[in-house]
Amino acid sequence: MSHDHDHEHTEPPGELELRVKALESLLVEKGLVNPQTLNTIIETYEHRVGPRNGAQVVARAWSDDEFRTALLEDGAATVATLGFTGRQGEHLTVVENTPAVHNLVVCTLCSCYPWTLLGLPPVWYKSAPYRARAVSEPRSVLAEFGTRLADDTEIRVWDSTSEMRYLVLPMRPEGTAGWSLEDLQQLVTRNSMIGVEQIATPDQRAAERAP
Amino acid sequence: MNGAHDLGGKQGFGPIDPEPESGEPLFHADWERRVFALTLATGMLGQWNLDESRFARERQHPVDYLRHSYYENWLAGVEKLLQEKGLLDLDPAMLSRLTVPDAASAEKILFSGGPTLMADVNPPQFSPGDRVRVTRRRESGHTRMPTYVQGAEGRIETHYGSHVFPDANTRGERRGEHLYSVSFSGEQLWGAGAEVDLVFVDLWEPYLQVLA
Repeated sequence: MSHDHDHEHTEPPGELELRVKALESLLVEKGLVNPQTLNTIIETYEHRVGPRNGAQVVARAWSDDEFRTALLEDGAATVATLGFTGRQGEHLTVVENTPAVHNLVVCTLCSCYPWTLLGLPPVWYKSAPYRARAVSEPRSVLAEFGTRLADDTEIRVWDSTSEMRYLVLPMRPEGTAGWSLEDLQQLVTRNSMIGVEQIATPDQRAAERAP
Repeated sequence: MNGAHDLGGKQGFGPIDPEPESGEPLFHADWERRVFALTLATGMLGQWNLDESRFARERQHPVDYLRHSYYENWLAGVEKLLQEKGLLDLDPAMLSRLTVPDAASAEKILFSGGPTLMADVNPPQFSPGDRVRVTRRRESGHTRMPTYVQGAEGRIETHYGSHVFPDANTRGERRGEHLYSVSFSGEQLWGAGAEVDLVFVDLWEPYLQVLA
């Protein structure tokens, strides 16, 4: 089958732009939506809610055993102590990666994703190939993200079919003992909290940056 | 319904080809941003729930669902709901009875969310460790029981309490059913030599039967 990406993320036809503009004008004119409300919704997810929230949670879990234990026991209540509450984060389970077990999150039926901690999902997370393949061939999926696990690593995939949201607690990379929360947060990628990649060690990062 | 949205395990979609995480924009066109905001804002009118919203996107012709980009499916969904609920044809008297959230109340809604945990009506039928089989169903309504686990044997891992049951909620009936995290072996779902060890799926009690 040909692999056509145009429908995923290129400029839409002008017709679509016009259709959306017409709908928005109609809704505003009828008084069914408040234009300021639209701005607030957009501003919230473009600037206030995003993967830096999740990175804070992960760095804290790496640094504070009591917090980590609480996080794994009651995800939503524990991240609420850091102020992360709201839409698409009402119920939360955090699953921990270890040398023996690797976790990966998907929503095969739509695009369920922990908004409060990661913001809105990336295009690939919502795409048909990821939703189709994550549950059946996760090793091949991981390889496409450059992630290769040992043959004996157990792979667990979490299909988000209810309002329970899942966050992966990635492994803390070696060579970061004694790092501050702020420095640790910088290492945590969004993709590692979905489970499609592991976090590079400081040495690996330096090697990647080298020419 | 097992429409085109029910993608788990389907083949032939090709590689994922993800954009690199750094530098990936949140929206890829301004119309996507507007569709996102319009969907959330109209949802706050309280005329439909999250499951109805999902069902509206799923009910498209399978070819349309797969051909459309993500936010095109959202647009199709919100247009359908506005039309079906008659919101665009309301007379001024009816309109004045709707509460249209201003920016401050919208913000409050976004940061408080809408939990789906309900009080238990009956005790749970299953406990962690129980073996279960997922029922097979061919209903045309909304469900959160993916096709790829139907008929499969699994193990109850966690009881999450009673949560709003999507199949009924789509029909406007908000009631709780016990929700479980159920694990399935890769072999059970995909045969010997599967690439996955365990798949965990959240399933409501009516989807499950005791494994005899």
